[in-house]
Amino acid sequence: MSAAIESEPTFVDKFPDEARVVRAAFMSSFFALLLGAIFGIIQTLHRTDVARIIPSTDYYTVLTAHGVFMVISFTIFFLVGLFTWALTRSLDRPLLNIKITWTWYGLMAAGMTLTGISILAGFVDSIDMSADVLYTFYAPLQAHPLFYAGLTVFIVGTWIAGADWFRTFLAWRSEHPDERIPLQTFMVLTTMTMWYIASSAVAASVLLFLLPWSLGFIDQVNPTLTRTLFWFFGHPVVYFWLMPAYMLWYTVLPKIAGGRLFSDPLARVVFVLFVLLSTPVGIHHQYLDPGIAEGFKFISMTNTMFLLLPSLLTAFTVVASVEYGARQRGGTGLLGWLTNLPWRKPEFTGMMLAGLMFAAGGFSGMVNAGMNINYLIHNTLWVPGHFHLTVGTAVALTMMAGTYWIWPQISNKPIFSSQIGLFQVVLWFIGMALMSNAMHAQGLLGVPRRTAEPEYSGFDYPTMFGGFEELNIQIAIGGTLLFVSTILFLGNLALTMGNPTVSGLAEPLPSPVSGAEDAPKVLDNLRLWVGIALTLVVLAYALPIAAIINRGGLLGPGVGTYPVWVAPLFDALADAATPLLAAITDASGSLLEVVR
Amino acid sequence: MHIHAYEKLWLALSIVLILALIGTVTYGAVGPGVAMVADSQSTVDPGALDEDDRFSEPRVEQVGENEYEAYVVAYQFGFEPTPIVVPANSTVTLHITSRDVIHGFGVAGTSANAMAVPGEVSEITVETDEPTEYGIVCNEYCGAGHHVMEGKINVVSQSEFEDRGGDSE
Repeated sequence: MSAAIESEPTFVDKFPDEARVVRAAFMSSFFALLLGAIFGIIQTLHRTDVARIIPSTDYYTVLTAHGVFMVISFTIFFLVGLFTWALTRSLDRPLLNIKITWTWYGLMAAGMTLTGISILAGFVDSIDMSADVLYTFYAPLQAHPLFYAGLTVFIVGTWIAGADWFRTFLAWRSEHPDERIPLQTFMVLTTMTMWYIASSAVAASVLLFLLPWSLGFIDQVNPTLTRTLFWFFGHPVVYFWLMPAYMLWYTVLPKIAGGRLFSDPLARVVFVLFVLLSTPVGIHHQYLDPGIAEGFKFISMTNTMFLLLPSLLTAFTVVASVEYGARQRGGTGLLGWLTNLPWRKPEFTGMMLAGLMFAAGGFSGMVNAGMNINYLIHNTLWVPGHFHLTVGTAVALTMMAGTYWIWPQISNKPIFSSQIGLFQVVLWFIGMALMSNAMHAQGLLGVPRRTAEPEYSGFDYPTMFGGFEELNIQIAIGGTLLFVSTILFLGNLALTMGNPTVSGLAEPLPSPVSGAEDAPKVLDNLRLWVGIALTLVVLAYALPIAAIINRGGLLGPGVGTYPVWVAPLFDALADAATPLLAAITDASGSLLEVVR
Repeated sequence: MHIHAYEKLWLALSIVLILALIGTVTYGAVGPGVAMVADSQSTVDPGALDEDDRFSEPRVEQVGENEYEAYVVAYQFGFEPTPIVVPANSTVTLHITSRDVIHGFGVAGTSANAMAVPGEVSEITVETDEPTEYGIVCNEYCGAGHHVMEGKINVVSQSEFEDRGGDSE
């Protein structure tokens, strides 16, 4: 290795403070991944009746924990770490004030700890707390107030993170008034713009309705309204998980493949399309809901279908960039270039397999989006089969693969074992292929999702693609392989942390074939895109929400409260004081416990 | 902005695919007349279903030649009536609500599927053919006993249906 390369600084050399934040965020992310994986294997084996170590009533505590830890903690902590790296790296300047950075990290960690405690307390009968409401927390099922309060603190943390990045960008802008926004920074800013729009609805739902209701300040909520506000957030959040993966595919994967990104302008177009279209589609999760007119569902369906466009464009650009890399490495022929790619690198193979599964997930997603065929698969196991391809592989496997590349950059430590890494990403692919395929097939048989015991006393499922039992075995084997893969990933990373620091690991990212100078200036006009995005949101949601409130009332048509967290202690307190007082005491007591 | 010729082609094909997907849904709605669960039914007070004309008595009733209406209430953790008995070769419109939390109403292995939301009423219309039995699953998590919540639709011959008094109570 030449002296010039050895002296090239890595990210941690240039920005040690920011690198520390990135590592902390990744550690939080991977801790959540570990917990999520443990609950994942418990639930896979329980559902398929291979091994049941918990009572079926506790299955829903496991399911809530798996969902929240995987799709809120694992993905979003990874995102804030990656975005901190990407923004600092691409602007080539430190964050404005690292104390603010640590503040938002601390808020996110504290919020998730509170929510995690409220969920895990569900396993302990002697603790008067539970949040078995699953990741979607549909009212009138009610969680302990700590669950909602923790989520609020976590989301406020992400908002401050976004503000931190925007302020740093503005500081850069004043120093570089005429430069184009660097591509990675552009991705960070557009993704956060989408996040502000999307998370506003769930924040409103929690702060105006669910939290006051769980504390006893209001008696009831409108279940259709809170459900609609959830999906206002619940669909764009899937793009919030996906955008870090897209960032890695666009800006890191071409480099690993030995080439460069094909087109910077089209990458910008794709991210702008996500800002515009991610949010006004949430009603497609409610095709089967009463109380929402068919026309509103149709608008949502149309927007959803157009949301395929940025992903289809991404498929082209990413494959083209990889092919460009292969040809730079001497690849020739129609498909012969495929052999000139670094398949032995886990970071490459992991991302490529993730992309391949994303294509499959895209196709099952087209079925979900199809307003009429959706009736066949709505709330069946097909749906988790779908999202284990998208968030569970396209996102999760890309994040793991990306870690193999980025961890040396933020720590100066080489990965412990590339061979284990390669084995691990391939194992994930095989495990998910088995599990997800069988879940899709069971869904077509009508097997519901989210249930501890999917076999019923009164009837048997029809046999189509192999019977119910045979598919169960595929799911159990697949889930086990995924668990082993996760443990190998985490173990490999733990051993990496034990490696001594070395120099010469820097891998600078090359500029695209078609650079930012080719991109129309209007693409960087964030105000314009925010304006259009908000207009589309108003068009898609103003009338449905008005109609829902008009039909059921702001606080619901006489719906009761179904707390999953009330226990004898609560009843005792309720006897002594008013229910309101009891709820407050209970909540503040729990908060104090956590603070101590 | 330079866009490669292949990329332009890909973009065009993508848009064709998207329009075709929207086209199939549109055709399904205006051609075969696939109707969505929508806002056709008025709201109901989930705490006072016994005072509601539709749901005070969950039942199946005949409303025309070969046309039937079923009124179904989902609750923690079951469906009323159970089983839902309907005659073969008929058109059945199901009205489904919940008296407590959000439930699902999925007829296993078919596309008869709807949400049961407290305060709202889902309406779906199905065609029955030969006598058979279908399982109904609650496909929305509804509490600790969710996995025991099941129901049944018995499609029986016209004569058997009449023998039962035309009602499924």
